[in-house]
Amino acid sequence: MNTPFTTTPYQPHTRLTRLGAESNWQRLCDGYRTMVLIRQFDKKAINLQRTGQLGTYASCLGGEAIATAAGQALHDNDYFVPYYRDHATQYLRGVPLHQVLQYWGGDERGNVFPANTPAARDLPYCVPIASQLTQAAGIATKAKLGHEHAAVLATCGDGATSRGDFYEALNVAGVWQLPLVVLINNNQWAISVPRALQSASTTLAHKAQAAGIEGFQVDGNDLPAMLEALDYALDKARHGKGATLVEALSYRLCDHTTADDASRYRKASELHVAWQNEPLARLRQVLVAAGHWSADLETGWLGECQQRVDDAIEHYLNTPPAPATDMLDYLYAALPEALRAQRQALQQTAGGSHG
Amino acid sequence: MAEQAQQHPDNALPLNLIEAINHALGQAMEEDDRVVLLGEDIATNGGVFRATEGLKERFGLRRVMDTPLAENLIAGLAVGMASQGLKPVAEIQFMGFIYAALEQLISHAARLRNRTRGRLSCPLVIRAPFGGGIHAPEHHSESTEALFAHIPGLRVVIASSPARAHGLLRAAIACPDPVLFLEPKRLYRLQRLPVSVDESPLPLDTCFTLRAGHDLTLISWGAMIHETLAAADALADQGVQAEVIDVACLNPLDRNTLLTSVSKTGRAVIIHEAPGHGGFGAEIAATLAGDGLMQLRAPVERVTGYDCPMPYFAMEQRYMPSVERIVAAAQRTLEY
Repeated sequence: MNTPFTTTPYQPHTRLTRLGAESNWQRLCDGYRTMVLIRQFDKKAINLQRTGQLGTYASCLGGEAIATAAGQALHDNDYFVPYYRDHATQYLRGVPLHQVLQYWGGDERGNVFPANTPAARDLPYCVPIASQLTQAAGIATKAKLGHEHAAVLATCGDGATSRGDFYEALNVAGVWQLPLVVLINNNQWAISVPRALQSASTTLAHKAQAAGIEGFQVDGNDLPAMLEALDYALDKARHGKGATLVEALSYRLCDHTTADDASRYRKASELHVAWQNEPLARLRQVLVAAGHWSADLETGWLGECQQRVDDAIEHYLNTPPAPATDMLDYLYAALPEALRAQRQALQQTAGGSHG
Repeated sequence: MAEQAQQHPDNALPLNLIEAINHALGQAMEEDDRVVLLGEDIATNGGVFRATEGLKERFGLRRVMDTPLAENLIAGLAVGMASQGLKPVAEIQFMGFIYAALEQLISHAARLRNRTRGRLSCPLVIRAPFGGGIHAPEHHSESTEALFAHIPGLRVVIASSPARAHGLLRAAIACPDPVLFLEPKRLYRLQRLPVSVDESPLPLDTCFTLRAGHDLTLISWGAMIHETLAAADALADQGVQAEVIDVACLNPLDRNTLLTSVSKTGRAVIIHEAPGHGGFGAEIAATLAGDGLMQLRAPVERVTGYDCPMPYFAMEQRYMPSVERIVAAAQRTLEY
């Protein structure tokens, strides 16, 4: 398989193994299945939002290979610190799809990841841009202090690299040799601002250089390339060899969120070109050519996905609402005396209408 | 401050406020190996005020970490550590530099437990020296506690004596919630007082009544407690018995102690160093007006800093509430 793997401008990798063994093909097929499932999920989630059954939702269309590779490359005892387009990673870490919907449906209970899964201690989605990255450095510090054989993978978008948090996290990861991998989903757009207006840096991976850590670009529409890159970076982190910045090049095929209309700032012709390089069709072509996937398998899997997504939606829509007192009950470890009267008032107040 | 000396007659160490902080940090680290310290200049230098002096030598660089110079980073690191079971105690060198850390405190530390419905929590402590009166450079003398007391989920604790600094800091470190622990730096080396270091940590949800009286209630916190107690002495010379309350924990607020006192005295003066407009005194005044109106015999007075930025040190003594201003306010309330 000769997939293009754009390597670091500074240190080309010689340690990367080529993906040729049977187990690697199995891994690619598993990844492909996840990507198909998440794309179906994504489409349905947008439909739910359009019909008033979900809140503002951040689509992951076009970023499936990045998030799927992250989920596949992470080990159970690693830590995942997401931004907010990582539905595939969360799913692979053990978050049921109905909980992803619950989160975007405005219910914090979507962040109560199941206790018996690797997701149990992962951070929830992080909406304030880049603020998760310094936290990831803190978790990496904890892992290092405890001599854990574990890595921390944190994700962000291209816009996040303009924030001080991004640089502060990379900087400390360099000084303290932290087991941290920062994965940029460079989908070329931060809402309406294109990559060229975000930074004059030749690549976003170059930003690693100032922090004294390794940084490289990888084709984010190429699942095997993503797996190679993340396997390498996470393994390096687990073995105490320091932090890595991975810039995954992709394209946001969707609007920023369901509250956005990208046609206001993005040419249809550019979007059309980007679709020619989208990650699912590319991987399917490779798998089919190598005899590891077929039209029958595709049909069967699409049906299975439909069922799973429908089940998740049904579960989500049939979840009874949480008691209003939840908004106070989880604020402190124990309800302070000062909040007792408010809690009582809340309990006695009818829900009312908020149009 | 004779009251404090009497409070702990046995097994007490003579400590000033900064020594009490240092002792409490060391004690917490001995008791719980999840406690780690991080901040600027805290390891080899022992902190610019020496709060962490000797702790690197005792506990090593793995538990006493000099961070790069970035307050937002310090707070983010602490949030990450706390989310996974460590108990980080981070030092922000001066409160005037804490604003870069606000996003971490507001959007993450204070709401991590809430937004994960208890799956994760954030038991961190952020320590910061605050307040004026030490002839410090610009931006080194602010008192912006009200900004933080407005954040649901973030406990705001302020010490005003060595004993309370020790007991409250130990409580803050043991607390499963995030705590902003503010240290009035004017008091750091003011006086050594007996501190019973082996007693249980102090509660984080009560005011401390430092002096009993029945004529009016003086309510304050932090360094201003000293001017407030001096004002109570001056009033006593005039035959007026003032009750003095150290609020100590601004969030959550112990309204009951305040209301009980004012029910008895019918008069209240609130004293704080921060500007009055939108200051925390307004929250207390609103509480007294809302729940204690029938017991009030005079309008609630506030003696505060002026509504301007903390002046550079040439003028800071003119800015900060003085004993005379407090006494004058007390006398105004007594005219009703």
